[in-house]
Amino acid sequence: MRFTSITAALLVAAAATLLGGCGSDATAGADQSETGSLAGSITVSAAASLTEAFTAIGEDFMAANPGAQVQFTFDSSSTLAQQVIDGAPVDVFASADEATMAKLTDPGLISGESTVFATNQLVIVTKPGNPAGITGLADLPDVGIVSLCGEEVPCGRFAKQILDGQGVSIAETDVTRGQNVKAALAAVAEGDAVAGIVYVSDAQAAAESVTTVDIPAAQNAVATYPIGVVAATGEPDLAQGFVDYVSAAEAQQRLAEYGFGPPE
Amino acid sequence: MLPRAVGEGFTGRSLRRTPRRAPWAVALISTVTLAFFVLPLIGIAGRADWPGLPRDLSQPVALQALRLSLVCSLAAAAVSLVLGTPLAWVLARVDLPAKSLIRGVVLLPMVLPPVVGGVALLSAFSLRSPLGSWLHSALGIQLTFSTAGAVMAATFVAMPFYVITVEAALRNLDVRLEGAAATLGAGPFTVFRRVTLPLVAPSLAAGAVLAWARALGEFGATITFAGNIVGRTQTLPLSVYLLLETDADTAIALSLVLLAVSLVVLVALRSQWLTRA
Repeated sequence: MRFTSITAALLVAAAATLLGGCGSDATAGADQSETGSLAGSITVSAAASLTEAFTAIGEDFMAANPGAQVQFTFDSSSTLAQQVIDGAPVDVFASADEATMAKLTDPGLISGESTVFATNQLVIVTKPGNPAGITGLADLPDVGIVSLCGEEVPCGRFAKQILDGQGVSIAETDVTRGQNVKAALAAVAEGDAVAGIVYVSDAQAAAESVTTVDIPAAQNAVATYPIGVVAATGEPDLAQGFVDYVSAAEAQQRLAEYGFGPPE
Repeated sequence: MLPRAVGEGFTGRSLRRTPRRAPWAVALISTVTLAFFVLPLIGIAGRADWPGLPRDLSQPVALQALRLSLVCSLAAAAVSLVLGTPLAWVLARVDLPAKSLIRGVVLLPMVLPPVVGGVALLSAFSLRSPLGSWLHSALGIQLTFSTAGAVMAATFVAMPFYVITVEAALRNLDVRLEGAAATLGAGPFTVFRRVTLPLVAPSLAAGAVLAWARALGEFGATITFAGNIVGRTQTLPLSVYLLLETDADTAIALSLVLLAVSLVVLVALRSQWLTRA
């Protein structure tokens, strides 16, 4: 009897080590969502452009791990990064550009390295049917009010990069700046802005409320999205589990469904 | 001119409340309550970069925000005065059916979350709305994303403060004074101009100042309806919100300006109320 219980104990210990090892393997690309052993509650701060994709991924993750609870905060990467710096109780951070993630990795606020899990590109959005007849970036200075993100928000930086790259200059008095990409999109979709520059994924999420005008690949910018575990997290295993899940096949499939590109 | 003392009543200044010492429990709790209000002020004063204040405030973004806030808040106060006084008079004097409902609607922006006010304004005046599209096609006017729109948003939230102040003053006015003027041969407008107006003038001023202070601090309705355009609609509160991430020192400098102005207004208002009562 004792021999059997020792063997059982060793087997359980071995299994726990294996599962624990899987949970903290930061570079795993294999599908680990079927472990179902992750439990606890985490808060994930993610860039606003990830709203639809991460909400779906979160539901998948919670379905695969019934003991886990994931809550999301979506806002501009810059706002969320500042909140983490100010000590907000966040477990995972996902940003729309590496520069904003660097604001956290540099002072050591992220455990280990961040992982790039997706890419995105930008697109011009207009009123449904494109009544202003916009064909490209060069038309933007003359159409009226253009909606962009704030300059410190990743999508605002990318928009500036794209516009500067083509020598297009829009008067500041014609630009309304949104605090995050969803606000910038809303100014076109719900408000009176004539056009805006947002991510492809956001334009897709907006469906019929906007019409898109493509930005040619040569003129476009590529946003790379890193994700990382916040060092001060109280749930390192669950947080890492979520980070790994996002790089796994199921979540990658979801991201593609919502208009994101693969990590490069 | 009737002496103001008539409105004060016959007690005048002789019946001053004798100073009393607070019971220790009341004093303790009051101190805690006061600390709740004072600590944030001390905090921001401590956080500010005082030597750099002139430099921070003279940046183009800051100057634009200050100028726009001044223009929009003063315009909102002026519009409140012009459009709010007749409404206050009607609410105070005229027998209307469902007056409580009408007054409720007028005062609604005071309790409505400002962003909700902005959404409501959008539904009524954006280019997609019947009125907005008519204004645009017939007169070439677009209210959203314009300084006029920022003034509208500020007025929407600020005018109720003016109306409620002036309505109360008109109610408390002794109508017999106006009756006396009428029996002496004055027409209605003369009565209003030479009897009513001078008597309620302090309340008009107090109401206008309250409306101005509220308009100065408006954020939610402005950013939703008028957008966030530097030099056109980015007033002080909008500017602070965005600058907090990029240039915290300037954001705090601008916050101090708003705080100082608001404090001065409130202190001045209190003495205004004192002399009136």
